[in-house]
Amino acid sequence: MSQTLLSVRGISKHYAGKAVLRSLDLDIFDGEFLTLLGPSGCGKTTLLRLLAGFERADSGSLTLAGQDLSPVPPERRPLNTVFQQYALFPHMTVFGNVAYGLKMEKRPKDEIHQRVTDVLRMVQLDQLADRKPHQLSGGQQQRVAIARAVVKRPRLLLLDEPLSALDYKLRRQMQLELKRLQRELGITFVFVTHDQEEALSMSDRVAVMRDGVIQQLGTPREIYERPENLFTARFVGETNLFPARVTAVNGERIAVDIRGLPRDLRKREFPIEVGQQVNVLLRPEDIRVLAADADHGFAGKVIERNYKGSTLDSLIRLDDGNLVLASEFFDEDDPAFDYRLGEPVKVSWVDGWEWLLPMDEEADAIQA
Amino acid sequence: MKTWLPRTYLFLVYALLYLPIAVLVVYSFNDSRTAYRWGGWSLRWYEALFSNHAMVQAMWNSLWLALAAATVSTLIGALTALALQRYRFRGKKALRGMLFVVMMSPEIVLAISLLALFLLIGLQLGFISLLLAHVTFCLPFVVITVAARLNGLDQRLLEAARDLGAGEFTTMRTILVPVMMPALLAGWLLGFTLSLDDVVVSTFVSGPSYEILPLRIYSMVRVGLKPEVNALGSLLLVFSLIMLVISQLILMRSKR
Repeated sequence: MSQTLLSVRGISKHYAGKAVLRSLDLDIFDGEFLTLLGPSGCGKTTLLRLLAGFERADSGSLTLAGQDLSPVPPERRPLNTVFQQYALFPHMTVFGNVAYGLKMEKRPKDEIHQRVTDVLRMVQLDQLADRKPHQLSGGQQQRVAIARAVVKRPRLLLLDEPLSALDYKLRRQMQLELKRLQRELGITFVFVTHDQEEALSMSDRVAVMRDGVIQQLGTPREIYERPENLFTARFVGETNLFPARVTAVNGERIAVDIRGLPRDLRKREFPIEVGQQVNVLLRPEDIRVLAADADHGFAGKVIERNYKGSTLDSLIRLDDGNLVLASEFFDEDDPAFDYRLGEPVKVSWVDGWEWLLPMDEEADAIQA
Repeated sequence: MKTWLPRTYLFLVYALLYLPIAVLVVYSFNDSRTAYRWGGWSLRWYEALFSNHAMVQAMWNSLWLALAAATVSTLIGALTALALQRYRFRGKKALRGMLFVVMMSPEIVLAISLLALFLLIGLQLGFISLLLAHVTFCLPFVVITVAARLNGLDQRLLEAARDLGAGEFTTMRTILVPVMMPALLAGWLLGFTLSLDDVVVSTFVSGPSYEILPLRIYSMVRVGLKPEVNALGSLLLVFSLIMLVISQLILMRSKR
């Protein structure tokens, strides 16, 4: 798992003078499911196309299992791609599409037949082998695209937003199916998406990208619970930010002043001095909504309630005008749970569930 | 209530379009020697047509020329369209513009300039000069037909083929050409038709060694309308219908 399969070193790419990738480094481990996550234009698709060989980097190197990939044309790279709109060959049957890659390898006929049949059975399309792509549903086309790419048994499978054309339910189903396939085949997956939920639920590791730079690389849990910067925090989920001023530093703990209320927090590894401004980050599910007569928390009023099935989302306007989003699981034993609209409440969180971020002026400006 | 109005209108439109053709076909079976009087059914004009050796020869010449011109212009035109779409090179805009110039300029201008060129380089007027001229005026139509389809082509198909291990030439042979086939055929048929019924350019650049059908007909009707021409017209009509059906069948198959 920890053995590097593909290593990206100092890759830069410009289009018409605009930097798309800026000296990017990335190690992809053998057998992992790595997701490139970011907004459109962050360079994730360009990186994928560079790996596939459809684009050439301005500088930097790509090494796959010790072999320099740069001079290798796409048709000779031991990796395959699942394209965004599937790019199935319209004039070939499902069988023909899947067999194409093996025919290019000039495999014997019976071997091709065997392998194509096996892979089609794996994606549950063996009944539809004689259909043309346009006779299939979106989900079925998606499976043909995957089958076509994995039948060649690549070291690495590149997936360019493969689920973006499917509806929500089918999407969830294909996510599970992709995970299962990846486990069964043991192929390394590099998956591109702009959907943070998809990234978190499927990946072993996620690389959050922005403007051609990897903002953070880590497990879904690290990315969500311990984001390194405001951009990552905001991109992978809902955030509540409390700007705070540090009033004292005592070893592992710091005292801060948040909107006039003192609070004692756990210190993080970045340097913190007295008087410094920091951001205290809380996910909606970390927020606790308390009755107005609670002895701590920020006073405010409930201005919106959204029933989400398993959770209840409340939007609370604090007395200083800031908004806080709270997402609570139902607890039928808690009588105080159901606040009415306009009801005064207090907002707090369980000690230790907060996450400290240094003030990041640039990210603030862009996200605001 | 008022359904007779649109129906009458429709009838008039179709009558206007097809009455002349119907008259031509019916009169090709006319037994009478004069073209304007009905004298009963007969196949004599078809017989006369096929026993007219010069006419049959002109027919074969025309078919052969149209086949060659359509094929050559489809080959060159498809490659030109591909180059225009996929590559950046010097003079790309000029090339595109010049194709339109050939298409838009009056045929007579093209005819005179081609004749001048052939005389200048000392080319014997005949099959070669005709072929070159026909390829010239067919080319823009083929390029435009193919380019339209190429623009709608998903570039990822070609990338997918390369990703699966096909080199550039194999990609072209196994993906690009089959996917482009309807456009190539459409371009070819367009070229074929244009070449087959061209009179103006052919008048200028043909020589006595290679007589083609439109010119033959033209010279025949100058001395009066012969019923043979009706028979010939009917045959050409049947031929075009067959071609049309074939092209539609191919289009339908490729869509499936």
